[in-house]
Amino acid sequence: MKFSNVMSNAGEWLRGEGPHHQIVISSRVRLARNLRNRAFPGWAKKAERTAILELIKPHVEELPEMQDSFSELLQDLSALEKQVLVERHLISREHAAKSAGSAVIMNRRQTLSIMINEEDHLRMQSMRSGLQLKQAFKLLDKIDTALENELEFAYDQRLGYLTACPTNVGTGMRASAMLHLPGLVLSELINQVVQAVSKIGLAVRGLYGEGTEAMGNLFQISNQTTLGEKEDEIISRLTKVIETIIEKEHDSRQVLIQKKSNTLWDQIGRAYGVLTYAHAMSSKEALNLLSIIKLGIDLGAFPEDKRLPIDELFMDTQPAHLQKTSQQKLNAEERDHLRAQIIRARLKVLPKPDISKLATDSGNGSNPGPSEQ
Amino acid sequence: MLCDVCKCNDATVFLTQIIEGKMQKVNLCDACSKEKGVQDPTGFALADLLLGIGAAEEIEKGSPTQRCPVCGFTQADFKKTGRLGCSTCYATFTEALTALLKAMHKGTAHVGKVPLRAHRVGELSDRMRNLNDSLQKAVAEENYETAASLRDQIKQLESELTS
Repeated sequence: MKFSNVMSNAGEWLRGEGPHHQIVISSRVRLARNLRNRAFPGWAKKAERTAILELIKPHVEELPEMQDSFSELLQDLSALEKQVLVERHLISREHAAKSAGSAVIMNRRQTLSIMINEEDHLRMQSMRSGLQLKQAFKLLDKIDTALENELEFAYDQRLGYLTACPTNVGTGMRASAMLHLPGLVLSELINQVVQAVSKIGLAVRGLYGEGTEAMGNLFQISNQTTLGEKEDEIISRLTKVIETIIEKEHDSRQVLIQKKSNTLWDQIGRAYGVLTYAHAMSSKEALNLLSIIKLGIDLGAFPEDKRLPIDELFMDTQPAHLQKTSQQKLNAEERDHLRAQIIRARLKVLPKPDISKLATDSGNGSNPGPSEQ
Repeated sequence: MLCDVCKCNDATVFLTQIIEGKMQKVNLCDACSKEKGVQDPTGFALADLLLGIGAAEEIEKGSPTQRCPVCGFTQADFKKTGRLGCSTCYATFTEALTALLKAMHKGTAHVGKVPLRAHRVGELSDRMRNLNDSLQKAVAEENYETAASLRDQIKQLESELTS
């Protein structure tokens, strides 16, 4: 499979069909594995890294799940192509910085991606739409078991799977979900949620993981610890917490509709107005406004069948995607113009927000709703 | 009360954090608290701080020049990068790592997936331990017939383990 095929197919996990897909954009699980008695990628010399890569790569490519896969050495990918893969969460930012001695192999549906010589010899990742952490783990577990027959992984009876960073030792597993939480952000409850979650050994991060800003009201929540708890326990604990957050998000949306409906309609109307008429837009502004349109779809202000084109814009307006589509390198100003142009064109199919629908959906008729329009 | 980090100045900053019901306290002097970023509440995590203190103490216990026999990594390299050199480093620097892992994780022992290969070795070594226990007991009870049979079983198991 070629890179152009990767570009033209949006990952299946982006299509938004999984359970709770309105709020949970995607679920991801990754496993870290290393070969026994071999220097970890960060410490290995180039020759050893290359030898390790050559040892692992054929076994990964032979997996039945990797039939018709995209398999590429990092040195053969352009900076822009790497960035596209980062924007799709198919490789990490750290992996994008690698070149000789590292590789990425992913399946056609872009639901499974295996990085060789990232921080660990193997980083295997499975992605699903909506809240499906258990299913994502099940697939990875199967692949891990298949690879374990061919490769001897570093494992210790007491410490479990050994990893380059002690924070991953034990299960080597990180399970995470990307949540869209505009309701909690607009009602200023998000900090409470973030604090509560971090107190129970889970981490909340921005869109692209560690150290990134929360844009577009998107938050990543994941397990912080990997030692002393079984994989399925970690996943069910995380799933329960996410289900609670989903409930809180729904509650806060209801409260907004009932108590702050004017603010809500104002936000949706402004987002629609700016996106439809702006001629320059940064990716941050685009994400934040698209997030409000997405909320509008969830609440019935826009027709449900416009969900997919809006969801696609989240990805297509990212800097590397923009440049890859336009087939040219653009500076920031040019990108902002092109971004606004693409959004205007795509939003032509989106009718004006229908606020009457919103008001009736809030139930009981107790809500007076806005008087105009 | 002395500062937990430098152990020479009086502590003026007292930190308490409760993580999953476990209370952790750290006392710091003014200079150390600034250095560790405690006075900047946005960038501060007690875990990082604890980790730093634990590591510094443990490195004094172990030898900073000790090298991993497989990859040549030293504790100083670990302190610098926060990553280890190879899987054997976990055994080489076990003293320094124990405190770190305890501060970082929910537990100190792995309870999750066991690779098939390791599973087999684990089972065999469990059996070996049981046989050795029984052998000692048999010898103590002067039950030599049983002891002889146990010794044979241990020999066989040893050959299985090394094969």
